[in-house]
Amino acid sequence: MDSRRFDLFLILPLAIFTLAFLILPLARLTVEAGSGPQGLAGFFVILTEARFRNSLIVTLILAIATTVATLTVATVAAQTLANRKFSGRGLLLSMLTFPLAFPGVVVGFMIILFGGRLGLVGSVSKSLFGANVVFAYSLFGLFLGYLYFSVPRVLLTILAAAEKLDPSLVEAARSLGASPLAIQRDVVLPALFPAMYTGGALCFATAMGAFGTAFTLATAIDVTPMLIYTEFTLATNASMAAAISIALGLVTWAALAIARSRAMRDTKGA
Amino acid sequence: MNAQAPVNAVRSGSSITTRRLSKTFNGMTVLQPTDLEIPAGQILVLLGPSGCGKTTLLRLIAGLERPDGHDMIRFDGEDVSGVPIEKRNVGMVFQSYALFPNMTVAENVAYGLKIRKVERTKREAETRRLLALVGLEEYADRRISAVSGGQRQRTALARALAIKPRVLLLDEPLAALDAVLRERLRVEIGLLLREFGITAVYVTHDQAEAMAIGDRIAVMQKGRIAQIDMPQEIYHRPANDFVADFVGTMNRIAGRVENGVLTIRAGETMVRLNVGGPDRPTTLCFRPEAVRLTSASGAVVARIAAATFFGATQRLVAEVTPECRLQLDLPSSLSFTPGQIIPFDIDPAAILEFKARA
Repeated sequence: MDSRRFDLFLILPLAIFTLAFLILPLARLTVEAGSGPQGLAGFFVILTEARFRNSLIVTLILAIATTVATLTVATVAAQTLANRKFSGRGLLLSMLTFPLAFPGVVVGFMIILFGGRLGLVGSVSKSLFGANVVFAYSLFGLFLGYLYFSVPRVLLTILAAAEKLDPSLVEAARSLGASPLAIQRDVVLPALFPAMYTGGALCFATAMGAFGTAFTLATAIDVTPMLIYTEFTLATNASMAAAISIALGLVTWAALAIARSRAMRDTKGA
Repeated sequence: MNAQAPVNAVRSGSSITTRRLSKTFNGMTVLQPTDLEIPAGQILVLLGPSGCGKTTLLRLIAGLERPDGHDMIRFDGEDVSGVPIEKRNVGMVFQSYALFPNMTVAENVAYGLKIRKVERTKREAETRRLLALVGLEEYADRRISAVSGGQRQRTALARALAIKPRVLLLDEPLAALDAVLRERLRVEIGLLLREFGITAVYVTHDQAEAMAIGDRIAVMQKGRIAQIDMPQEIYHRPANDFVADFVGTMNRIAGRVENGVLTIRAGETMVRLNVGGPDRPTTLCFRPEAVRLTSASGAVVARIAAATFFGATQRLVAEVTPECRLQLDLPSSLSFTPGQIIPFDIDPAAILEFKARA
């Protein structure tokens, strides 16, 4: 086998993966989506019918809020943790990786323990003001759940980048008179940007598509993955479920593409 | 070797004075109380092995580290010990260049002016002037990743000079470059610093770099200054063994002086060196170039073990006795063969004597 053929051979695993897990199922899903009573026009129903449209908008807003909040918390925390030695640092970092393995159901359950009807916040507020504060079964509860789930993984991504940041870059900026805010804007954040993009994209995509947490918290939360589930199982409208799935995929993909092009432009400093 | 500043050079920058300046990290004193006086416009090189405290001293002057006490560092007589680096107005050049990768060469140079809110046209003119000074005009709009190591270092220098600092502080600025470039840039930087006439503190572990750049050199050892003087003095009149060894090669002949003569038994012959003074055990030191071939009687004789060609000179490794090996620099026009025995004189003025080593 000459080396050219061998190179082609190396493409095989990727080709099989692409075909089996991406192209074929998506094609099947598209065909399925077009098999409903309205045919391919079913896609337009997503936009015209308020229930579907609102669900996509709510999900998008939730995912954006989760991503922004996660990036804010993780970027600040990563800078605090990077290049700082203190006792218990290793323990803290390993504890942060703890929620990584939790399925959405467990995360949802923890949110209920925290902000549910018999939750921690509720019992404390009840004893203090006599009012039982409950937020677990709302979008806010879902937001907290996603945050709990996303912050550790994004933090670890950004932490790796923050530790690679040459400390003399910051020192040089300080010697030139830059304030801490200017250093963040001109030195630190540009250096962390690739990691923030990677982490943010992961966080965003997860928040768009996560199902378990929402399912555990409430059926009243109309995020798109829940909608797909109800369309598919309760309404047995497989074609609609397929159409919404594709729409969800497209919206996520488009949002990431926009963020990516922005990220590229920013790091090139055009 | 040491380019002297032109007489009419404009001296700028502040004088630096340290009084009992010290630094302790976690109970370990990395810089012993140090008194230092650097006149405005002078270039002081801090030379020493790693861990000698030279970088700590530089970072203290910069304001990147806090000294142990108050009123330990003064610029032009004004106490700056408590002034943070952001307000101290010092220019810094780092070994890693520390250039901002998200900015172009020109944007890097202009950064300090931008922070100081210098008006745009003025800023751009000043940036152009500095880029011209370091020979980087054509590279102004290049990204940092698209210029060479030498160009990066010159960008870093221009960026530090742009803010018209009171003092310029350079931390091993050439250590990351290859040997040829390092040699060329140390001449260039030396000339540039003199042209600017700025007070500069330059940290290095490379003695050739120190000689080329410093008006004065402070050789540091274990957190204190072992000797501070002009390069010529440091080289020819080292204060102790450590300085002698750190700055160039030093030959040693150990023995006992009796009646003013140091006698070394070399095989059947005795080598005698007239040194004078009282009877004592001693070690005589001299540089490799302090010798000259001679035919006069009473010369030192040595057997050549090896010869290395250096271009203008050659370095011989010669044995007076198996225990006493010397390195001798002689013109490369002479030809020697290993095993040959040569007689030579040591310039009496170049002989140094330190306390006998245990």
